[in-house]
Amino acid sequence: MIAELGFAALWMAAALAVLQLVSAALSLREEGRQMAALVRPAAIVQGALATTSFVILLVLFAQTDLSVKLVATHSHTAKPFLYKLTGAWGNHEGSMLLWVAVMALSGALIAKIEHRLPERTTLATLGAQGFIGVGFYAFLLFSSNPFERLPVPASEGLGLNPLLQDIGLAFHPPTLYIGYVGLSVAFSFAVGALLTRQVTPDFARAMRAWVLGAWVFLTLGITAGSYWAYYELGWGGYWFWDPVENASLMPWLAATALLHSVSVLASRNALRTWTIMLGVVAFSMSMLGTFLVRSGILTSVHAFAVDPERGSFILVLLTIYIGSALVLFALRAGSIAEGERFAVTSREGALVFNNVMLSAILAIVLLGTLYPLLAEAFGARVSVGPPYFNPVGAIFTFPMLAVMAVGPLLRWRDDSWSRISRPLALIAAVCIVALLIAVVNGPIGILPLLGLVFAAGLAVASFAPLRGRRLRRVPVATWGMIFAHFGIAVALFGMASEAAFSDEELAALAPGDSAVVGPWSVTLDEVEPVAGPNWTALQAGFSARVGDGAPVTLNPQARSYWSPAQETTESALATRWNGQLYAVLGNRAEDGRWQVRLWWKPFVTLIWYGGVLIALGGVLAIIGWIRADYRKRWMAERLARHREAST
Amino acid sequence: MNARFKPKHQRLVLVVLALIALVAAGLLAAWGLRNQANFFYVPSQIAEAPPETGRTVRLGGMVQEGSLDTLADGVTVAFVVADGEASVPVRFRGILPDLFVEGSGVVAEGQLGADGTFEAESLLARHDENYVPRELQEMTEHQKREVVAETVPAPDTAR
Repeated sequence: MIAELGFAALWMAAALAVLQLVSAALSLREEGRQMAALVRPAAIVQGALATTSFVILLVLFAQTDLSVKLVATHSHTAKPFLYKLTGAWGNHEGSMLLWVAVMALSGALIAKIEHRLPERTTLATLGAQGFIGVGFYAFLLFSSNPFERLPVPASEGLGLNPLLQDIGLAFHPPTLYIGYVGLSVAFSFAVGALLTRQVTPDFARAMRAWVLGAWVFLTLGITAGSYWAYYELGWGGYWFWDPVENASLMPWLAATALLHSVSVLASRNALRTWTIMLGVVAFSMSMLGTFLVRSGILTSVHAFAVDPERGSFILVLLTIYIGSALVLFALRAGSIAEGERFAVTSREGALVFNNVMLSAILAIVLLGTLYPLLAEAFGARVSVGPPYFNPVGAIFTFPMLAVMAVGPLLRWRDDSWSRISRPLALIAAVCIVALLIAVVNGPIGILPLLGLVFAAGLAVASFAPLRGRRLRRVPVATWGMIFAHFGIAVALFGMASEAAFSDEELAALAPGDSAVVGPWSVTLDEVEPVAGPNWTALQAGFSARVGDGAPVTLNPQARSYWSPAQETTESALATRWNGQLYAVLGNRAEDGRWQVRLWWKPFVTLIWYGGVLIALGGVLAIIGWIRADYRKRWMAERLARHREAST
Repeated sequence: MNARFKPKHQRLVLVVLALIALVAAGLLAAWGLRNQANFFYVPSQIAEAPPETGRTVRLGGMVQEGSLDTLADGVTVAFVVADGEASVPVRFRGILPDLFVEGSGVVAEGQLGADGTFEAESLLARHDENYVPRELQEMTEHQKREVVAETVPAPDTAR
């Protein structure tokens, strides 16, 4: 019965999305004014209903209700409870429902709290949000109904893909989705502001928190996904330039550009059209990403739910949303173009450069991701990988990093190089020292070398804006920027170090044998069978030690799940301050030896610590802005009261 | 460097700058893709017109039944990839991916050696049992059906 309730709630939410769209559209016209009162309540109730629908799906998964097709095909009674719950979004239908629920909830949130903007702009924004919502509801209800019943209930479920039965991945998709959906809100703000021609600093301040929130979640999602790929797939790499990974990177790049241009608009009232354009592009990238992942149109090791029909549905939505936004943009861009002026050597100048570089990198990733499709149209089968992305992307990444180090030192509007010559000299000195140390240590590739040098320079440069300021008076948002930029330096150092200094050892070991990798000596003690709740495994016992140090036990496994019947590799990791030892157990050779793969990866963990720092920077910036906004309002109120009292 | 443009000019400069960067990115991408893209081969294509030795390419096909063999060093495996018309011997030093099975589809990335053996640097694993390498659609209809039948479990609604 409750599955039907969930389905009904979804239909009602869809109807409210239509109401939200229609009433917002009417309220923008003179004769439809009285409709305005409907928009906010419609958004709020829609949010509540969509959430209810998703909670019902969670309940169905928690109960393992095998009369529901989605549960029967993606869950199993023997699965650990946590993965029963996370299985709710570990599939196409459930993840789309989660997407819609998050989107409806954010619409409700806008309706509830956004009162700073002109009312018409807020209503137009909610109308745009309803417009996007309608398409996704249609997608769910007509092509991906998560509540479909089976004619006869199944006796056992098919189970969840074992690779998804991992705590890291269980919460990775919702994190990314909140990011994607946050960008849909930014898109709606952009469309709303275009409709009412109100592209103002106030609008930027309202949009900023959403962009930043989306960006924080995207950052965390990408970081988590990268770490998951690193330890779960057993390949030891953290980024494969896989289309599905690119699908999350592209919106991140656009959101990063948007984040910086929206703060220029908020504080300096410049880059108006550019910001709007980026708002449209950022959401286009999350839609495109969804399309690439869902349609299975590109070869990806990560692709799931391959279904051309769904792909075409999303493609149609993509065309409608992006197409109409671009038409609106073309019609209105002329009338909102005028903004404040600034010199080339200024904070704005640096931010424009950063925006242009990010856009170029985005173009490179986009072209590389879509090229196989293009080539296929001409009959060639092509895969594009690191040999393309790394060098071509680097051409734009390193100049961007250089400007990223310098930009925060510059003042808004107009500045001179001579004023910041001292910190520049310091940064340059650090880079040269890093270069010397790296070169003396032995030959490494050009990209890792550049990476190490830039990481050192940027690490110092991130803190340079603190120069000459009293630490306690530095605004929280500035701390956010410092942390985020420092996080980039940390992650870059991790990547460069991994690329330059990793040591790999592939060996066939009999119990008692040892292998050496990096500073470690690793002995295989035994291989024995173990069992978990829904799997059995062969587990190796390694003892690893550095010199005469205490031995560390490592237990990589080769797991077999029985529903669905599938083998997975569980790598084992030993983390030290200066790197990570990574062990994978392979097959047993006929002579009784075991294939073993060992890696010593110096400072590899910094990649993900860096990602977390970047996200932390975003959180600090949000806190800082909200506090500043609050304080400003409080001051204004006091001032108003003061005036009242004196008259 | 302190020149301050008129707003109109400044906007023009910005637009031109952005366009130049994007065009440059596009050209670089086009150049990079022409040079660096790894081309995909099936065994019959290798038999017809093999890629030059040492160039990184991808090879896709079915792992021939009974061809999998571990060499004496214990870490190198040899197998044969076939597409029904031709076959290519492959050597791979490493741990086989989880879903690597004889008689199943595989995509290997590496170079063709002078002796005609494909030296694989990596084997692209399928992520789950629903994943069929799209590149394998080049194969004959019959083989394609085989791959699909084997990798996509039929929805079992009767249970």
